[in-house]
Amino acid sequence: MPRREDIQSILLIGSGPIVIGQACEFDYSGTQACRVLREEGYRVILANSNPATIMTDPDFADATYVEPLRLDVLEAIIARERPDALLPTLGGQTALNLSMELVEAGVLDRYGVELIGADAEAIATAEDRERFKVAMQEIGLAVPPSGVAHDMDEARVVVAGLGLPVVIRPAYILGGRGTGIASTAEEFEKVAANGIAASPISEILIEKSIAGWKEYELEVMRDRADNCVVICSIENVDPMGVHTGDSITVAPAQTLSDVEYQEMRDASFACLRRVGVETGGSNVQFAVDPATGQQVVIEMNPRVSRSSALASKATGFPIAKIAAKLAVGYTLDEIPNDITKKTPAAFEPTIDYVVTKIPRWAFEKFPGTSGVLGTSMQSVGEVMAIGRTFPESLQKAMRSLENGRLGLNADPAEEALLDLDDETLLATAAIATPARITQLEALLRRGVPLETVHDATKVDPWFLDQILAISEERLFLEDLALGTGQVPDLDRRAWRRAKQLGFADAQLAHLWRCGVDEVRAAREAAGVFPTYKTVDTCGAEFAAETPYHYSAWEDEDEVRPSDRPKVMILGSGPNRIGQGIEFDYCCVHASFALRDAGFETIMVNCNPETVSTDYDTSDRLYFEPLTGEDVANIVAAEKPVGIIVSLGGQTPLKLASMLPPELVAGTSPTSIDLAEDREQWNTLCESLGVPQPPGGTAVDAAGARAIAAEVGYPVLVRPSYVLGGRAMEIVYDDDQLDRAMAALSAFGSLGIEGGLSAERPVLVDRFLEDATEVDVDAVRDHTGEVVIGAVMEHVEEAGVHSGDSACVIPPPHLSAEVVARIEEHTRNIADALDVRGLLNVQFAVKEGSDGADVYVIEANPRASRTVPFVAKATGVPLAKVASRVMLGATLAELRDEGLLCERVVGDHVAVKEAVLPFDRFPEADPLLGPEMRSTGEVMGIDLTAGLAFAKSQIAAGGALPDGGTVFLSLADRDKPVGLEAARGFVDLGLDLAATSGTAEHLRANGVPVSTVVAKLGEEGTDAVELVRSGSVQLVVNSPRGRGPRADGEHIRAAAGAQDIPLLTTGNAALAAARGLADWRTHPLAVRTLQEYHRGITVLSEDGLPDDGLPEDGGSAEASGS
Amino acid sequence: MSESIHEPPRTRRHRPTEAALVLTDGEVFEGEAIGAAPDGGVASGEVVFNTVLSGYQEVITDPSYAGQIITFTVSHLGNYGVNPDDHESRRPFCRGVVVRDLARRRSNWRADDDLDGLLRTHGVPGIAGIDTRRLTRHLRDAGAMPGAFGTADLATITAAATAEPGTDGLDLVSTVTRDAPTTVASIGGGRRIVAFDFGIKATIIRHLSELGEVTIVPASTSAADVLAMDPDGVFLSNGPGDPGPLVNVRSQIGALLGEVPVFGICLGHQLLAGTIGAETYKLPFGHHGGNHPVRNLATGAVEITSQNHNYCVAEGSVPTAELTHVNLNDQTVEGIRCLDVPAFSVQYHPEAGPGPHDSRYLFDEFEDLMARVKGPA
Repeated sequence: MPRREDIQSILLIGSGPIVIGQACEFDYSGTQACRVLREEGYRVILANSNPATIMTDPDFADATYVEPLRLDVLEAIIARERPDALLPTLGGQTALNLSMELVEAGVLDRYGVELIGADAEAIATAEDRERFKVAMQEIGLAVPPSGVAHDMDEARVVVAGLGLPVVIRPAYILGGRGTGIASTAEEFEKVAANGIAASPISEILIEKSIAGWKEYELEVMRDRADNCVVICSIENVDPMGVHTGDSITVAPAQTLSDVEYQEMRDASFACLRRVGVETGGSNVQFAVDPATGQQVVIEMNPRVSRSSALASKATGFPIAKIAAKLAVGYTLDEIPNDITKKTPAAFEPTIDYVVTKIPRWAFEKFPGTSGVLGTSMQSVGEVMAIGRTFPESLQKAMRSLENGRLGLNADPAEEALLDLDDETLLATAAIATPARITQLEALLRRGVPLETVHDATKVDPWFLDQILAISEERLFLEDLALGTGQVPDLDRRAWRRAKQLGFADAQLAHLWRCGVDEVRAAREAAGVFPTYKTVDTCGAEFAAETPYHYSAWEDEDEVRPSDRPKVMILGSGPNRIGQGIEFDYCCVHASFALRDAGFETIMVNCNPETVSTDYDTSDRLYFEPLTGEDVANIVAAEKPVGIIVSLGGQTPLKLASMLPPELVAGTSPTSIDLAEDREQWNTLCESLGVPQPPGGTAVDAAGARAIAAEVGYPVLVRPSYVLGGRAMEIVYDDDQLDRAMAALSAFGSLGIEGGLSAERPVLVDRFLEDATEVDVDAVRDHTGEVVIGAVMEHVEEAGVHSGDSACVIPPPHLSAEVVARIEEHTRNIADALDVRGLLNVQFAVKEGSDGADVYVIEANPRASRTVPFVAKATGVPLAKVASRVMLGATLAELRDEGLLCERVVGDHVAVKEAVLPFDRFPEADPLLGPEMRSTGEVMGIDLTAGLAFAKSQIAAGGALPDGGTVFLSLADRDKPVGLEAARGFVDLGLDLAATSGTAEHLRANGVPVSTVVAKLGEEGTDAVELVRSGSVQLVVNSPRGRGPRADGEHIRAAAGAQDIPLLTTGNAALAAARGLADWRTHPLAVRTLQEYHRGITVLSEDGLPDDGLPEDGGSAEASGS
Repeated sequence: MSESIHEPPRTRRHRPTEAALVLTDGEVFEGEAIGAAPDGGVASGEVVFNTVLSGYQEVITDPSYAGQIITFTVSHLGNYGVNPDDHESRRPFCRGVVVRDLARRRSNWRADDDLDGLLRTHGVPGIAGIDTRRLTRHLRDAGAMPGAFGTADLATITAAATAEPGTDGLDLVSTVTRDAPTTVASIGGGRRIVAFDFGIKATIIRHLSELGEVTIVPASTSAADVLAMDPDGVFLSNGPGDPGPLVNVRSQIGALLGEVPVFGICLGHQLLAGTIGAETYKLPFGHHGGNHPVRNLATGAVEITSQNHNYCVAEGSVPTAELTHVNLNDQTVEGIRCLDVPAFSVQYHPEAGPGPHDSRYLFDEFEDLMARVKGPA
């Protein structure tokens, strides 16, 4: 069946900010869908609040709405655009839920919009636990025994019938949020209540626990003609009980006989047909009883999912792209297989390698969390590795994680397990944690019987035996050179065997206590080099046209060098806090720009969720770990003319020193080091006359104390060479300083990121309280011309990590003179560092007695997290420009080409807001500080700063209250600005509640406070009780700089538990009050990025009132050189 | 550091026995010996590749692989062991197995032995540690070809590869068919079916027995003997090698056509087509796998199919039959239906075993055909 002619325009909803359970895989799928639908000639209307995505590039849709993903906003978009159809299945759970809301609210009917891909009935059947269970039973598929409850009374009845342990699964949730296992009655009370609260419809399924069963997933596609295919089978190494997003998973399934596999395949098709997914991709999860083979259906997602992204990368079959084509009427047999070109997409990929996915967690960012994995997803990213065998792919995946590990043990960090005796280690491994995989290897290496390990962990014996093969080889290799400190004499076969089991040269160097260069030299002398194989969907049955490669230690290298000049782009590795989709955006843009400029682009990355690892993005894709050895091997194979290391965040930057300096494109590694090296940087700033907060570097506590004594407390303590403020801390006294230094030196000895060592000292600076933080992104070319991308003012004061702070373009509170000074400093620093490409500089502006003082905090000659936000706000494709500049183009040339445009001259304001994952970590204090903890970001864009801020808050999920009570508890330093905010709330008709000190201050200044709460533990209603009572609609709680913080922590935790919007700084409260004022007085208006970038101005709108914020945007607008 | 009460597996590292595989065109692949030790340290056959991800036990015990060395493209083989239920015949007839990695340990509740055990028990030699992707790419480009492998010296292996005749022009059916008829009771319908054993798979017998009682007869059985059993339908089975030399079989089929409904699979399809005048030719490297798309021309539906054949019916060479199924990868003939007599056949394996179940309706169509000709069972 050909393309549908009865629809012309299609609305696509993205997945919004990156959160746990929903990461950049939906940028990948949405980007693919946008491309396909436009190629097919449809008008594509896109709604997504996340500015860091590729899909929200104005080039990817006809109308791009970077607007909050909320029912009323989407209705406004639909009313404006009148799309013929809505494709709900490519934007994750967010898009699916919103689409259902649009259906239920009658919006789609009202505007005549057809739901394509999956209809409302199908979505409801898949998402509603009870309906799904009944549907599966109807078609004869087994499901775990279960019952549904809507309150605790119902829940207790259900559990009485089932018996413990049980799994609680809330309906309509994402990434297993609110899901949990209960083994005791007490646990049940807690977990069931959490689950009911987590479900938007207060519904939970209580299911008999089958923890310990084997877990599988099939990625399935169906077309309008009812053709069904399995794209990929996935087997989890971690058995049932750990969320599949937190499990180590392997493709293809390894331990199912064909009879069992085909039974599962039949069941997945039956499930798809019964649920009624008409076209597109779905995944169906199964559990299998290892003792009897009994299969039960766990759940299905009637949409493209995280696993679909993994399956697409694992097989080379582009599920999202094909799903989009199927949604507009094509059938599978009408679509060619991209990779072979000659065969159709109506087939089932077969693969001749093994793919391993390992999640990346960030527990270190959330003190107080247990680090135990369960049915609720907690990982923030993942890596995938391809090897010819499971051991090879497992070890590659381990070293892709960038958590300091070189592979599956055989590295310095394995010493952490040495102190545990076998019994303790076994007991530890029985509990699923991020470290379990390394514990399994250690147990097997110690000789603990495989059966014992299996009994304790339920990890399948086949996986354990494969791990044991790694252990045995390691012992063999280790014994060869025991105590010699030299590379043992190995023949070619022996070298190959070690490499085929996935051992990195660095692991061998560790085992042999010699240098990694010696290992490499000896290996190469033995004639052992990597080969590159191709991902081709067909196990080599047909010739592949698509250059998607992975390394293996085999006979034949399939990569043929080309004669075009090649540029290699090193990606950013796994998503983690501090390094996420923003850097993938930059890498992808570099690839696009350099391809357009005639270079052959080579992408190297290991993150399956990203657009960068789409084989369509670059001329060649190497799905490889980003380590010195792996990258050097690709450099040797491809011989690029340049390597881009400065767009993928800290990951590639760390590799720069291992690469031939002449190949590093753009700013030289020397300059990069110069910006990081404290002594040189100080000298540079002094020579330029750029003021810095006083400070110094220390390698131990005594040194740090000496600096603090000189500059005075508070001081900011931060390690060098880290992203996302890892382990950064503001300390107020000697004791705190000692603790911070001790923690850093402990990291250092364990090889943890941010750890202290002689080469990587700690920076200790005077912390500027109450300063405004400012970020600047700029590009400089080799002629010395500098273009300022944007000057961004942070909403939160200096001290809150810039990644966690809201920021505004243009800066609302900086005078033209201050902005000019900041730009001047930026230019001077760019010149002094001889930057060729991007530069990010952070400043702190502090009001002094005689005007504002501008201090430089740090400069980084590389892409910053804000580059995509700047591009979306200003229309200047900063990353593309920078990548061209790095390869020698001048800004003048790019201006002539049309790539570098002037900043938009409209009057819009753009606000970036951070999205924090505290709902996943109820144990952690949801407080902002110098260590970054946000997972993602949203953008609000409108014609006033207030409206833009309000939109950013809605988009981040913390909508501002329409009425009711605002609770305030302010630190002294926040009281002036808090007072202004409080006055704003009262003017808007909201009631105030406050702690005694705050109330006193407000009342003294004529602001009425309705309720004064008691201190915690004292008589009367205290703050926590008030928040818990549900009578508060917004909590403003700014922490005290020093002294006991317990009260605040409890208040914030209570707000988090009740899902009440929480602001932790006075400035954010003020911005909220102003935003609310504008929101009240302006009808909701949605506009496309394309319109903003064309320069719509206030002139096009009627009578926009002053928003009360002193706008100073003109200065920034005028200064783009 | 804590003392361990266990003994680290220091000495357990695998010590491979080196082996090599040589193709007739001189390509050499290094590996290690697995399975049974072949006579004189060398085994030979026609080297083909199969792309299934699961189902190695069924593939290895499929008699259609007689004369062939099977290269599996999947990385790990033997993970779920072997079990008593998944044998497709009484023993493997293939000449050898080539794998990238043979599992050291099986894990599946159905298993009662390791794959290596099966190979040893039945005298099937194998070679592991081969760059099977390189081998597959070579066979894809150069075509399936004779080869030899083993632990013997390279000269001996090379000589064996050169001496290996391959499968062209050989009657391999006579090496796999049974000596005497066997009857399998019905597990469903009331038909009486005679099935020619050219190397018949157990899964086919199971499907046929759902339609009725199945009498499986040797390949050399005459049409007269078959008709004497008064069957409702005759089934032409799968089997190994070149259909060309099976002249007598074709003449017996000729005598059956029009007398009794006929259904053929794989070699049976080639023989049916050959009987009514079709030409067959050898594909460069055949179809061996579980993921080939086939279009049913009557419904337009796409079936994902199990395939195992090197020879193929030439399109347009059968004027008295209509094309019913086409391979979407290379447009080759996958099914025909005779226009003048009640007979149809498919090139692929609707019974699966291993492979997808998309095409099992063809057994129902056989029942429908018998019902049309012979009336209700």
